[in-house]
Amino acid sequence: MASETHSEGGSGLEFHPMDQFIVKPLFGDGPVGMFTVTNVTLWMAASVLAVVLLLIVGTSGRAIVPSRSQSVAELAYGFVYKMIEDVTGKDGLKYFPYIMTLFMFVLFSNVLGLIPTAFTTTSHIAVTAVLAVGVFLSVTILGLVKNGAAFLGLFWVSSAPLALRPVLAVIELISYFVRPVSHSIRLAGNMMAGHAVLKVFAGFAASALIAPFAIGAITAMYALELLVACVQAYVFTILTCVYLKDALHPSH
Amino acid sequence: MASETQAPTSSCVDAGGSAIGMPQLCGDWMGNQIFWLVVTLLVMFFILSKIALPRIASVLAERQGRITNDIAAAEELGKKAQEAEAAYEKALAEAKAEAGRIVAEAKAEMKAEMDVEIAKADAEIAAQAAESEKKIAEIREGALEAVKEVAMDTAQDIVTAMGGKADAKSVTAAVNERMKG
Amino acid sequence: MEGNIAEMGQFIGAGLAAIGSGAAAIGVGHVAGNFLSGALRNPSAAPGQTATLFIGIAFAEALGIFSFLVALLLMFAV
Repeated sequence: MASETHSEGGSGLEFHPMDQFIVKPLFGDGPVGMFTVTNVTLWMAASVLAVVLLLIVGTSGRAIVPSRSQSVAELAYGFVYKMIEDVTGKDGLKYFPYIMTLFMFVLFSNVLGLIPTAFTTTSHIAVTAVLAVGVFLSVTILGLVKNGAAFLGLFWVSSAPLALRPVLAVIELISYFVRPVSHSIRLAGNMMAGHAVLKVFAGFAASALIAPFAIGAITAMYALELLVACVQAYVFTILTCVYLKDALHPSH
Repeated sequence: MASETQAPTSSCVDAGGSAIGMPQLCGDWMGNQIFWLVVTLLVMFFILSKIALPRIASVLAERQGRITNDIAAAEELGKKAQEAEAAYEKALAEAKAEAGRIVAEAKAEMKAEMDVEIAKADAEIAAQAAESEKKIAEIREGALEAVKEVAMDTAQDIVTAMGGKADAKSVTAAVNERMKG
Repeated sequence: MEGNIAEMGQFIGAGLAAIGSGAAAIGVGHVAGNFLSGALRNPSAAPGQTATLFIGIAFAEALGIFSFLVALLLMFAV
């Protein structure tokens, strides 16, 4: 299908909704190696820069009565702090910096990706899979180290009838190992879908007849995508907290 | 969108610069992405855990401490204000009592003075009254004597005029008798 | 109208898979609607349950995203 549209050349509507996800080198045209500086590097650096601006430059006043940027930074801090406290409990607060890092990275990658012509790093499954597998592995190892064999009680539903327990254990085990898959694909899929839809509408805008409709649709989708970007960052973080809670308190 | 280069730099990009298939599934780029992701996460983690989060935590703690202190100070001030009010009330009550005492004293003094004066005045009045009575009595006495004399004279004259011989002694006796009655 | 039968099957499959996204939308609507009706019955308990709401929505949506992903794979990757 792709080759078909390309062969049409400049005539008619052209849809390349997936082209925005291409990774390409920033300098020169060489192949993308492991350490090449690419647009991935650029936009990840942008998210780091945004975090520095918000959380370090913004709070440099250390004011008792906060300035605007400082109150936003404190809001983000309090939001994640309270989320961990509510979902995981007091003993989850030890892992606050890790979860805060995940949250800030996902949030800023999602939101910065919405800037026109930007590259959305979180729309790549490779990126979100590393995040999700990292969460999965660290949570599993943490659970095994903290609780030992009791961690396996997570899969042995003691409240169910004895005959059902092996069946439930298999189901629990499968759902446990599906976690990183759904965790990563949810984020990447949401980002990818939103951006691809925007791109499709942008392709419609090439035709003068439906351009007003297409531009209106892009505006509406953009607003929705902004919401989705924040909600997905929240969801990614809160699921991390839920998994962390399972590791710290494995009793079902 | 993609670079206008012609030679495909990767197996996932065709000659026109468009993606072949899903760029997300292109194995050539994954190493690059994962490498930069790990670098980014490490940098961000160190920025957050070394600088940003301790700073925000200290600001929040400081604010909490300030609020607690301020509330305590406000409570103390409130207590002080209450104490001051109580002291003021006490002083007011004392002043009132003092004033009452002074008024009572003044009243008593005045009353005593007045009593003395009144007594003096009464005594004077009494003395004057007594004197006056005495005078009146004297006058009355004098008047009686005069009446008696006039009566005697008149009686003698009447007796003489009637041809009798006025015996002074009997006339006096008669007059005295009449005067008594 | 040329093209091979495999390509046709690919597109038909992608369209079928996209139905799953609509099904997920129904599921998300169920979660949010039931949350709302519960929240209107007992508004004081609602703020504490928003995290649960978002987790539920995320789980319901993840399956729709899976089917969307299958559609995309059929369109672009196969």
